[in-house]
Amino acid sequence: MSSTTEIVQASLARRYKAESRFRLYGIVAISISLSFLAFLLISITYKSIPAFYETQVQLTVNLDAEKLGVGASPDIKAIKTANYSGVIKGALREQFPDVKKRKAKKELYSLVSVGAQYQLRDFILEDPSVIGTEQTIWLIADDELNGLVTAVSDVTDIGDTPTRLSEQQRGWINTLQQQDQVKTGFNYTFFSAGDSREPELAGIKAALIGSAWVLLVTFLVSFPVAVAAAIYLEEFAPTNRWTDVIEVNINNLAAVPSIVFGLLGLAVFINFFALPRSAPLIGGIVLSLMTLPTIIISSRAALKAVPPSIREAAQGLGASKVQVVFHHVLPLAMPGILTGTIIGLAQALGETAPLLMIGMVAFIVDIPQSIVDPATALPVQVFLWSDSPERAFVAKTSAAIVVLLGFLVVMNAVAVFLRKRFERRW
Amino acid sequence: MSLNTLFLIILLLSIASYVYARRRAFVNAFGQTDNKRRHSLPAHYGYLLAMWCALPALALLISWKLIEPGIISNMLSSSAPTEVKAAGETAVGLYNNEIFYLADADSISQDLPAHKTAAIQRLQSLRTASKILLTLILSGVIGLSLLLGLRHVNREPRARVIVESFIQVFLVVCASIAILTTIGIVLSVLFESLRFFQQVGFIDFITGTSWSPQTAIRSDQVGSSGSFGAIPLFTGTLLISAIALIVAVPLGLMSAIYLAEYASSRARSTIKPLLEILAGIPTVVYGFFAALTVAPAMRSFGQSIGLSVSSESALAAGVVMGIMIIPFVSSLSDDVITAVPQSMRDASFGLGATQSETIRKVVFPAALPGIVSSVLLAASRAIGETMIVVMAAGLAAKLTANPLEAVTTVTVQIVTLLTGDQEFDSAKTLAAFALGLMLFVTTLLLNVIALYTVRRYREQYE
Repeated sequence: MSSTTEIVQASLARRYKAESRFRLYGIVAISISLSFLAFLLISITYKSIPAFYETQVQLTVNLDAEKLGVGASPDIKAIKTANYSGVIKGALREQFPDVKKRKAKKELYSLVSVGAQYQLRDFILEDPSVIGTEQTIWLIADDELNGLVTAVSDVTDIGDTPTRLSEQQRGWINTLQQQDQVKTGFNYTFFSAGDSREPELAGIKAALIGSAWVLLVTFLVSFPVAVAAAIYLEEFAPTNRWTDVIEVNINNLAAVPSIVFGLLGLAVFINFFALPRSAPLIGGIVLSLMTLPTIIISSRAALKAVPPSIREAAQGLGASKVQVVFHHVLPLAMPGILTGTIIGLAQALGETAPLLMIGMVAFIVDIPQSIVDPATALPVQVFLWSDSPERAFVAKTSAAIVVLLGFLVVMNAVAVFLRKRFERRW
Repeated sequence: MSLNTLFLIILLLSIASYVYARRRAFVNAFGQTDNKRRHSLPAHYGYLLAMWCALPALALLISWKLIEPGIISNMLSSSAPTEVKAAGETAVGLYNNEIFYLADADSISQDLPAHKTAAIQRLQSLRTASKILLTLILSGVIGLSLLLGLRHVNREPRARVIVESFIQVFLVVCASIAILTTIGIVLSVLFESLRFFQQVGFIDFITGTSWSPQTAIRSDQVGSSGSFGAIPLFTGTLLISAIALIVAVPLGLMSAIYLAEYASSRARSTIKPLLEILAGIPTVVYGFFAALTVAPAMRSFGQSIGLSVSSESALAAGVVMGIMIIPFVSSLSDDVITAVPQSMRDASFGLGATQSETIRKVVFPAALPGIVSSVLLAASRAIGETMIVVMAAGLAAKLTANPLEAVTTVTVQIVTLLTGDQEFDSAKTLAAFALGLMLFVTTLLLNVIALYTVRRYREQYE
């Protein structure tokens, strides 16, 4: 054997080892990335679980007119301003008659949410004839109680589960549980309420509606403009400097940081045009400027995929250039364009930074009714809640993220479905 | 009439004019004796008349709504009480805002001074007057444009040409919005930045090492002189971006190489979309995750090996950001690696190289320009990323290279400066725009270089 072959033979084992090592690096890189993704999703879903439960406590309240501080036949205004928290506190004292000390009483009262008084008010407003009777009703419990009963099965033996509830409070909860006066069910409040300082009363409805308004504006602005721009660049634009400038611009805009769009919105729409702050109108316009490049680029790809024979056939039958595009090319490219639009809108739905700049970061309790009402958006709500000190808000934040991700998954699934179902390969 | 009603009326009138002109085209062919010799389709005459009906009216409506608030508040300030006027422009503005707020409020409290009640009434009467005036002018404009439109449709047989050229103008305008956006961004950040640099020198801004944007509310306040040296922000941004790239480049690049060279097409078609999910998750989610899970975990790990890790360490924000930008590296790198011609690989195999040797010595150098630009794009993404650092990095501007300490970044400062209640003209708010300008210029440069490199690279092989 020649010496070259020997050298090669001798090094082969080492080279094969290097080969499999290199391959392994690739697998490791992919596994690290994917396991991080899985870890992120699982940990957030896990943390969100308590937020989907709502715990209620059953109390027998004495709706004596005197205790409520209203007359014998009160009008609606009197009912609205009656002393409900006093009645609830009385019911709690009756439940646990041996609690005497001031501090202990305070701890006892904190088991029921401050929102319970509004629950009681709505209950009486529905049927004022209950005044003067004794009623057994379910009232919202405090977030700490909810967190604890959803986390452990036996509240007297909690191990190292973090909680702010004292041993005495847990004893009361245990008593209530044994008398079947605690129930835990699906948290409808979370989907039907606006923001609140109290975790057990806070919901995402205002933020969801706000996001819907923003997305509506984004769609109405960006879809026609982006499709028109794509049609121009793909079908009509002459190859000259101006077209080149437009193309370079679109590519650059796609990579401009989103916060810079927020600065644009602040300087131009709010300070120059004096449009209302915190409104979905401006949020939508800013986000549509941001999503324009995405939709333009994918619409151009969809238009380009329509074969020239279609255009030639239409032109051969006497269609004008505009008719060729609007009657033949555009309908054929529509599935691709819609796919790109949905992906662009999904991006816009998750965007936070530009909305912070234009003031959509307010504490919104009421559901926004139009595109000029002050509103917030789902990701901004996540940002706001993530700053709150109460532990229950961690669960709320995670739950809001789960809802947000759910919407993104649905949107992307629709996009994939559209592409698979309607896109034609020529 | 309200804005919505006006819009609805314009819409209905346009539909009516479309239907009318289209039918007339069927009936009398607009002057042509023979219907077959008509130049355009009946619908084109309909579009032409509808355009005449809608466009002037819409233009009037929109420009009215843009100009109206300014005029009304001008008229309101001219009638402001003399003592308010004497206090200067800001006081008048505040007074106006109060009146606007009170007028929009549901209930007006009884104990307002008489001049305010009068101002509210004046505002309301101004608004009513504006509405009536708008309705009158609008009906005049619609009537006139319908008359002109009918004459035009009657005299112009070639409706299609006009409608289509209008459509083309519309397309050009839409395509130019991208340029308008860029111009808008440049002008808005540049204009405000120039005003900032009149108060704080440009050199002080980019060479100063102390950042504490506290401007005085009263002039005699202690520590009233804010200092705007942006170096700590730049180093903080660079530190976090560098950590992100240290995480993202090896992971992204090795994933791309494996997917492009080793993986079966089935594995590739499942793993690639999975990796891209990482880029689709909203950044606020990463921020929450970094602040709540990664940072505490790093802190307790650091304590267990005797290191003091800040709870808002640059490391936590950087690592999470790095995970987020993996797909930016891997997708583009994957594309450029696949674009390397198969003949080059075949030649290398023919000389007896193993697959990894081929990748390292042939494919990688050939794809290097594309890979570099994918890294540049990822870097620009990392520099401009906002929510992760806002939630997971600190606020204190510290000049340090220690990844375990808390640093702040350009984007964090923009957000903090602009989300509080601020007067718009203070140096504090203007500083945010100056930072925005720096951010825009930096990312623009990175993008331009990256896109240019990729373009040249593509041309080389295609």
